[in-house]
Amino acid sequence: MNSLLISGGRVIDPSRGTDGIADVYIIDGKIEAVGRNITVPPEVPRVNAVGKVVAPGFVDVHVHLREPGQEHMETIATGAMSAVAGGFTGVCAMPNTDPVIDNQAAVGFVLRQAIRAGKARVYPIGCISVGQKGQQLAEFGEMVGAGAVAVSDDGKPVVSSQLMRTALEYAKTFGIPVADHCEDPTLAHGGAMHEGLVATRLGLKGIPSAAEEIMVARDIILAELTGGHVHLCHMSTRGSVELIRRAKEKGLRVTAEATPHHFSLTHERCQGYDTNAKMNPPLREAADREAIRHALKDGTIDCIATDHAPHHYDTKQREFDDAPNGIVGLETALGIGIRELVEPGLLSLPGLIAKMSTVPAQVFRLPGGTLAVGAPADVVVLDPGRRWTVRADDLHSKSTNSPYLGEALTGQAEVTVVGGRIVFDRGVAKPDA
Amino acid sequence: MKDAALGKDLVGLEDLTAEQITAILDTAEAFKEVSERPIKKVPALRGKTIVNLFFEASTRTRISFEFAEKRLSADTVNVATQGSSVSKGETLVDTARNLEAMRIDMVVIRHHASGAAKFLGERIRSNVINAGDGKHEHPTQGLLDLLTLRDRFGKIAGLKVAICGDVLHSRVARSNIWGLTKLGAQVAVCGPPTLLPSGLADLGVTVMHRIDDAIQWADALNILRLQLERMEGGFVPSLREYNRIFGVSRERLARAKRDVVIMHPGPMNRGVEIDSDVADGPNSVILSQVTNGVAVRMAVLYLLAGGSPDWRSQAPDDR
Repeated sequence: MNSLLISGGRVIDPSRGTDGIADVYIIDGKIEAVGRNITVPPEVPRVNAVGKVVAPGFVDVHVHLREPGQEHMETIATGAMSAVAGGFTGVCAMPNTDPVIDNQAAVGFVLRQAIRAGKARVYPIGCISVGQKGQQLAEFGEMVGAGAVAVSDDGKPVVSSQLMRTALEYAKTFGIPVADHCEDPTLAHGGAMHEGLVATRLGLKGIPSAAEEIMVARDIILAELTGGHVHLCHMSTRGSVELIRRAKEKGLRVTAEATPHHFSLTHERCQGYDTNAKMNPPLREAADREAIRHALKDGTIDCIATDHAPHHYDTKQREFDDAPNGIVGLETALGIGIRELVEPGLLSLPGLIAKMSTVPAQVFRLPGGTLAVGAPADVVVLDPGRRWTVRADDLHSKSTNSPYLGEALTGQAEVTVVGGRIVFDRGVAKPDA
Repeated sequence: MKDAALGKDLVGLEDLTAEQITAILDTAEAFKEVSERPIKKVPALRGKTIVNLFFEASTRTRISFEFAEKRLSADTVNVATQGSSVSKGETLVDTARNLEAMRIDMVVIRHHASGAAKFLGERIRSNVINAGDGKHEHPTQGLLDLLTLRDRFGKIAGLKVAICGDVLHSRVARSNIWGLTKLGAQVAVCGPPTLLPSGLADLGVTVMHRIDDAIQWADALNILRLQLERMEGGFVPSLREYNRIFGVSRERLARAKRDVVIMHPGPMNRGVEIDSDVADGPNSVILSQVTNGVAVRMAVLYLLAGGSPDWRSQAPDDR
């Protein structure tokens, strides 16, 4: 039988509220036991986690893996590798590939590629509409049957309120969330960054916060009307946070995510026309960043999701207006989370881990995010104190479009286990005595 | 004069100090005389290769730069391309590298994307002069506007200048705002809220919506061209309405307490933002702006090429 013992680490399991030194014993891909000084047969391989933190593997509900169709930027294999290097044992793959994932065959393809890669689990998200054209519902049932865990037209907003309503109602049949990219296309059209003083100085067309907030309000109203579960992607404004807070007070089935870049950077980062500061929704003002951080602290925003969006170097080496939106984020998420949320005291380390593993798994009703006995053995051993510098050559993603290149971060995954198998080992060399 | 030395590129007036701007204006003043001679040439940039790289159609700016370059005895080449680099096939990066490989000394670039001049300047060793990048800046226009005002009023500090019209889409407006505020002028913008960008108050600019207020307040109006696309984009309901409400007419000017100086970067839409009798009237300095444009561009090219601001004291060339 296949077993593994992760011993001596500080085991933090937000799903059970535990935090203490313990061993984690895995047999046949499942958690067998968590406790102190577990006796195991001597031939069981061990991971020495003394001085490290052992947690449920992170789950990222919003990544772009670019396969099929855009394999020059990333493949499912390279994206899944980048994920485990970042401590993620599960990622949800957005369907805006080429062709898009709007049918059961495409869903099956994504799953198969992930299994072949043998790194992070990949949970495909299917399109809301056929071709992401915003007109006709895709076959939610067949896609779910093939392995889809949610539906989204991300990349694009669902412009038609009627379609969004229908999607929310129909999705109830299968118990899946409908994830929306909230953007009013007429307000946002042609915009390259947040509408504000920096855009005025740079001579770039701005996207007002209202473009996001209008759709957030609409989606909340439709969630109330239908009783469906709407999940709001990559929230970026303080107005959106306010709307979500009130929706949750009313008990509506509204969940939300925020990216590390939206709780760490502002539109000032666009000075000098750095295309690694260009994403959608854009980086906003300091007050918006503050609101996102506090929303993560008080639970208004449920979880952290990276919106990992690889782009080839050539495409980002362009005039700001012409450059595509997005940055990679799987390998910097933990470090940014520690720097921006844990160090300033907004979240404890267990709190951050919860937002990156337990909560996202719960929101999307996925297995994982827990070290309970019988749960799949998706575990990350991380060193929350490890200082490292973000270097393009060290990133495992095929693309390196990150605004954090050259920055020193603290906190990195050392060993990542999926289904009881070690799929990533940073192999930190011990210094010579 | 070392503090006034310019860097490798002229990307915008936002990056310059008041001293640097003044040095350019002083140098331009001296170059004006060259354009009045029968033989309009000085050897200052002889042997230098300059490319006018215009991705946006432009006659007046390109010709102005070309005259400036030729009057300085430089060798010039004009490259005019349409459309975005993406649709054309060759990226701006590749264009830059090709130019550098040909050992071009200076590039004058006009491009539809904000940031294009900086993008180019970061990638080639040649001097890069921004002739207008998207909505970002048009520094030589800002400079020639400053020179024109200085000629007329003897100074910039304390002047009240109102920039009227489509500030939102205007690189000329942005360059003017930087240049004027750095030299101590008071700046206002006037136009419908749909055509004014956010954050201007943070830059120390007064915002007005009625053209009569601007006329009453200002020493000089810099009237911006309203492009036809603005109506199609829904920013103003019609050109006729724009002219009735925001256009500068002789009747409106007559109600001013003093003679307000009239400027326009051109080309003018007569009957839209400015009426003909205003454009051709006694207080219009529009043609002086054009004359000053060549001198300012000569100054910029000369100073970036490493010329000393006191070029006139150098030994003359007999040819």
